[in-house]
Amino acid sequence: MSDYRKITMDGLWHNNPATVQILGLCPLLAVSGTVVNALGLGLATMAVLAGSNACVSLIRHYVTDAVRLPAFVMIIAALVTVIEMLMQAFTFELYEILGIFIPLIVTNCVVLGRADAFASKNPIGPALLDGAMMGAGFLVVLLLLGGMREVIGQGTLFTNMQLLFGPAAASWEINLFGADYRGFLFAVLPPGAFIGLGLLIAGKNVIDKRMKEAEKKRQAEAPKVSRRVRTTG
Amino acid sequence: MMMRQAITRNSLILGLFAITTAGVLALTNNATVPKIECNRQAALKSSLLEVMPAERFDNTLLTDFITVSDPLLGRNSHHIYRARLDGTASGAVLEATAADGYGGKISLLVGVSADGTVTGVRVVPPHNETPGLGDKVELKKSDWVLDFNGRSLDNPAEERWAVKKDGGDFDSFTGATITPRAVVGQVKRALQYYEQHREDIYAMPAEPAAAQTCEEADA
Repeated sequence: MSDYRKITMDGLWHNNPATVQILGLCPLLAVSGTVVNALGLGLATMAVLAGSNACVSLIRHYVTDAVRLPAFVMIIAALVTVIEMLMQAFTFELYEILGIFIPLIVTNCVVLGRADAFASKNPIGPALLDGAMMGAGFLVVLLLLGGMREVIGQGTLFTNMQLLFGPAAASWEINLFGADYRGFLFAVLPPGAFIGLGLLIAGKNVIDKRMKEAEKKRQAEAPKVSRRVRTTG
Repeated sequence: MMMRQAITRNSLILGLFAITTAGVLALTNNATVPKIECNRQAALKSSLLEVMPAERFDNTLLTDFITVSDPLLGRNSHHIYRARLDGTASGAVLEATAADGYGGKISLLVGVSADGTVTGVRVVPPHNETPGLGDKVELKKSDWVLDFNGRSLDNPAEERWAVKKDGGDFDSFTGATITPRAVVGQVKRALQYYEQHREDIYAMPAEPAAAQTCEEADA
C-alpha cells in the first residue's frame, strides 16, 4: 500500500510534472488564462495520461525494445485523437476555445515520459495510478495558474463555466472587484503566465525547505528518545 | 538469419499496432461524426441568428446559401446565406474576412436587410487580436460591434466609414486602432459588395446542402 501512497505523492508533489519536472510548458502557459480553460485542458491531459499508461502497461510484455517508442507514440496519438473527437461531440464550445491545444497533448513530454519511465516497467494498477496522479498534479498547477491569471487579469473567477458544466454553471462567475475593475492585461498575456508559474515553483520550494528543516529537527530529537527507551528497557 | 527474424517480428508488432489504433480511431470517428456535424450546424445557426433577427425570415438560412469569391469579401470563397420572408428576399448574411487585423485575419458575419441596412455584425472566433485591447470587437468583451446596427452606406456617408482617428464616424479603442480599423473597413467592403451584386445574390440557385438529421436543428 505504501507504494501507491508514494506514487500519489510523487505525482502531486515530489515529482510534479509542471513544478518539478517542468514538462509540458507550452499548453500549461498557453491555456491557463481562465479556470475553465485550465480545467478543460487539465482533464483532457489527465485522461490521456491515465489511458496511455494503462495501455502501455498492458502491452509491455509483447513489445520488443526496438519498436517500443513508436508503439507508445501510436497509442498516445490514438488516445488524444479519440479524446479530441469526443470533446468535439460533447463539449463543442470548449473545443472551439482549446482548439489546437488538444492535439498538442501528443507532444506533451509528460505523457511519453511516464509511458517509458514508469508504465512500461510496472503492472497495470500502479501504472494507471501513476498516470492519473501525474495528470492530477498537472491539473492542479494548471488550475492554480488559471485562477491567479483570471483573478488578476479580469477580476473574475469561474467565468464561462457553462462551457464545461452546462447552462446552470453560467451563474458560478464571481466578480471579485466589482464592475469598475479594468483588468490587468499583463496577467492575461504570456509573460504573466511565466511569472505566475515562477511564483508557484518558488512557493513549492519554500514549502519543501520548511518541511526539510522540520524533518531535520525531528530527527535530531528522535535519537534521544530511542536511547532513553533502550536504557529503561 | 537472426537479424531477419528480428526485423520480421518488429514489423509485425508495429503493423498490428497500426491496424488496432486505426480501427479504434475509425470506430470513434463513425460514432461521433453526426454529433459533431450537428454541433457545427447549431453553432452556425445561432451565430446567423445573432446578425439576422428571427422575425425577418421564415426560410432555413442554413440550407439557402451560395458560395462566392470576391476581393471585396476577402481572400478565398465565402458563403452568403439568404433570408426570405413569404418568398421575397428580406436580407442576407455575408461571410467576410478582414485580412489586415493586428494579429492576422478576422472573420466576420455581416447581416444586411434587403435594402442594405446592417442588421448585425459579429466577429467569428478564433482570431488573434490582443486580449484586453483589440478583442473588444467581440460582443463578449464590449458592445462596440453593436454600433454597426442600422448603419448603411448612406449612414454615415461612404467616406465617413472609418474609425474616428482616420476622420470617420466609428470609435476605436484606447491602445488599439488597427483592429477596429480592419473591422470597419471590411464591413464597408461587404456592404459595397452587397450593393453591387444585390440582384445576383438572391437569384443564384441555392447550393445543395447535405441532408441533416439533427434533432437540435428543429428546435
